[in-house]
Amino acid sequence: MLFFSFFKTLVNHEVTVELKNDISIRGTLKSVDQYLNIKLDDISVVEEMKYPHLSSVKNVFIRGSVVRYVHLPAAAVDTPLLEDATRREASQAVAKAKQG
Amino acid sequence: MADNDQSNSVSEPLDLVRLSLDEVVFVKLRGDRELKGRLHAYDSHCNIVLGEVEETIYTIEEDDEGEETVKTTKKQAEMLFVRGESFVLISPQPPS
Repeated sequence: MLFFSFFKTLVNHEVTVELKNDISIRGTLKSVDQYLNIKLDDISVVEEMKYPHLSSVKNVFIRGSVVRYVHLPAAAVDTPLLEDATRREASQAVAKAKQG
Repeated sequence: MADNDQSNSVSEPLDLVRLSLDEVVFVKLRGDRELKGRLHAYDSHCNIVLGEVEETIYTIEEDDEGEETVKTTKKQAEMLFVRGESFVLISPQPPS
């Protein structure tokens, strides 16, 4: 749930999603779900000459499993908060493992 | 009980990763890619977020005589989410 919540804080920010087939798509993050599927608006393909087949597409839904990277705006990320959330999630995972 | 103090102990593999939070780490990925950057977040799927990232991509190029050479491409990124599926390993000591 950590990254689901994290991506929800980045809604309406510009991100670049790099897919496993090397295509990079830049756009405004519009929504995200628990599978880290991503919806982008006002998209542009970074190497348009190389991948012209998306040039008329304005918005996309990207299946989470085909994502390699998401480039994020550093200014929009509160890193100490993110690290604290990571520690909290890690200790919850340990507690759950002990119960199970 | 010592178990209650989880802040510094290493009892399971991901604890090693937790101790690397806010440190510079080396990450190896599928597809002959490596990353060096500051670790800001991870989860149990090994999804991670790195800051001040340098990505190195190794590709094999074949010249006219059919000789293969390894080419390295470096890319920078200020903040990067990496999906756990591509993740191979993480090390607290970046190779120099």
